[in-house]
Amino acid sequence: MTGRNGAQVLVQTLIDQGIDTVFGYPGGTVLDIYDALYDRADEIHHIETTHEQHACHAADGYSRATGKTGVVIATSGPGATNLVTGIATAYLDSIPLVAITGNVSNAMIGTDAFQELDITGVTLPITKHNYFVRDGSRLQEIVREAFELANSGRKGPVLVDIPKDVQASPCPYEKLPAVGEPSRAPASDDELERAAAAINASKRPFIYFGGGTVSSDAGAEVVALAEKIGAPLGCSLMGVSAIPTDTPGFLGMQGMHGHYAATKAMNRTDCLIALGCRFNDRSTGNRLTFPANGTVVHVDIDSSELSKTLDDQVEVHGDIKASLARLIDMVEKSERPQWRAKVEELVATERELADRREGILTPRTVMETINRLREPEMRVVTDVGQHQMWAAQYLSFSRPRTFVTSGGLGTMGFGMGASVGSALSTGEQTILITGDGSFAMDMAELVTAADHELPITVVLLNNGVLGMVRQMQSLFMDKRYSQTTLDRKVDYVRVAQAMGAEGRRVETPEEFEAALAEALATKGPALIECPIDADELVLPALQIGASMDELIVDQEDIKARMGE
Amino acid sequence: MRSYSIAIMVRNEYGVLNRVTSMFRRRQFNITGLTVSETETEELSRITVQFMGEDRAEHQLVAQLAKLPDVISFKEFDPDDSISCELLLIKVANHEETRSQVLDAAAAFHAKVVDYTRDSIVFRLAGQSRRVDNFIDLMRDFEILEVCRTGIISLERGKTVMRRNVATVQ
Repeated sequence: MTGRNGAQVLVQTLIDQGIDTVFGYPGGTVLDIYDALYDRADEIHHIETTHEQHACHAADGYSRATGKTGVVIATSGPGATNLVTGIATAYLDSIPLVAITGNVSNAMIGTDAFQELDITGVTLPITKHNYFVRDGSRLQEIVREAFELANSGRKGPVLVDIPKDVQASPCPYEKLPAVGEPSRAPASDDELERAAAAINASKRPFIYFGGGTVSSDAGAEVVALAEKIGAPLGCSLMGVSAIPTDTPGFLGMQGMHGHYAATKAMNRTDCLIALGCRFNDRSTGNRLTFPANGTVVHVDIDSSELSKTLDDQVEVHGDIKASLARLIDMVEKSERPQWRAKVEELVATERELADRREGILTPRTVMETINRLREPEMRVVTDVGQHQMWAAQYLSFSRPRTFVTSGGLGTMGFGMGASVGSALSTGEQTILITGDGSFAMDMAELVTAADHELPITVVLLNNGVLGMVRQMQSLFMDKRYSQTTLDRKVDYVRVAQAMGAEGRRVETPEEFEAALAEALATKGPALIECPIDADELVLPALQIGASMDELIVDQEDIKARMGE
Repeated sequence: MRSYSIAIMVRNEYGVLNRVTSMFRRRQFNITGLTVSETETEELSRITVQFMGEDRAEHQLVAQLAKLPDVISFKEFDPDDSISCELLLIKVANHEETRSQVLDAAAAFHAKVVDYTRDSIVFRLAGQSRRVDNFIDLMRDFEILEVCRTGIISLERGKTVMRRNVATVQ
């Protein structure tokens, strides 16, 4: 055959783009795409998951772990709708993803044909943009545009829906170099000067950074700015691994379940320097009382985030890395010793509030054992719930992109798929921290992990309940545990073994340490089930909608709330 | 709350109106008028949207519009520097006892009779929204059968052209 059909043009364009791994699941309307992949298996590695949703999370995890664009392929109808949660997860966290779906032939579009679905309509609000490829003449151009869009400005998912006849018909193709990363411009001098003036006038500056610092690779600039102006730092959940955990002045994650000192210091600042974050309600609490005092300097690549939920006094629109590189030269060097001393007091209070229980499996002893045994740059993936917050609070990181978690959408069932993507992207060990609620949603993916002998260590914190929701019921709903007690009869160790993975249950910190050491040395996936108490709480905590002043931290307060 | 009028040039492609209005719906912008039409070139369509809200909402709407890949350019119109008008078709009952009053009112507004039957009269009126509102209000004294208005269309005064304003906000 001389020319290429649409499916071959698609696959060739992916190869031109440097894509060597795609995730997906075949079906009737992507027959031609899978046929084209069959010929190019040496160049493009296709990972078949157990469900399209996991394939989408795997492409997303692959992207989060490497910064490359994730690619997922699904068939029309249910294949396409199964991607929806995965696409939305990537959208909320601004992860570059290209989703490719098949659809019924053009002649059958609009007739409710078998497995026909308007996936461009369905995904309109959860993609940066999407395309229905009506004829093949623009296929290559559209696929290239999809990669460019996914990676430009604020990154995110793009969907390309290709009807079956377009895949099967001859399509034009031209050898072109990969679409490069668009240049990342700093903010205007004017905006940066205003930012510098606000920072220089401040007595108590505080740096709050988010996922934008990871996608802009701006960790070093953030640390340099903090050092120069003597500002403490806190981050949103998405910012957790952007700078090394042991950076001087870094107080960790702030917000509803953030570190006490980070959250309190952020509330006492007179100049909040927000970098690549978007003041999510989990970070701010009641926005009417946030920030407690002072001005907001907000740097973001997406101008629609500036003054979206708060009135930013200084809007700085540009790439964070490029903007900070300029800003650092424009701010005055200052130690701000009084402010630092005040922050030290908050850190001391946080230390007093710390959980000191030893000798039993608690969230803290489990996380600290993980810290001790893993190489600091080893990737950690989480599902969603209490375990996710404990991981964000207690784990240490030394390299960006080593903490992979669903922040904005909070997708339970994200973890196993994302772990598959993360482990495949590097071939290195990935630790998944999950809970019994989340794991029940995604444990089928152990099948894929075992088939490909992926080095994934699953640490399953089993408390027999949906802990995060139960915690809210404990604190705010008079302990009326509606539908949060699971106590399922599942034997997770045997589930793991049945799927081709290793499995162990531990009862003590010592057993956990031994099992973890063994699991980390295992070639394929291994699961460790850690029973923990159903009433372990994520602290601090905050009632949804309450002000950050009302942060719940101490045990006496909690006992009173729980009627003990 | 104040009213804003924004003109948007978009790629004339399948589903583009849906993309713009889907964004308005998702962000819950309070749209009070919307017109869409083809333009001097086949590749572009022009959308004119009226919207009520606070300044922050207007800032959001503009920034969200700028992110849509199909949006080529857009501009908020200042009433002093632009021409705006709207077209109205209104069908009023033709009763003998009110006929002369109805026709007098229409004449005062320069509304044109475009259909006249034993039972009804249809008037056409083009002009500023306020004038259209006033005419409809006046007709309420009689028996309105049906009203249809296009929503506002706007052009800037002078030789300024929207297509040269590409990407005013990034």
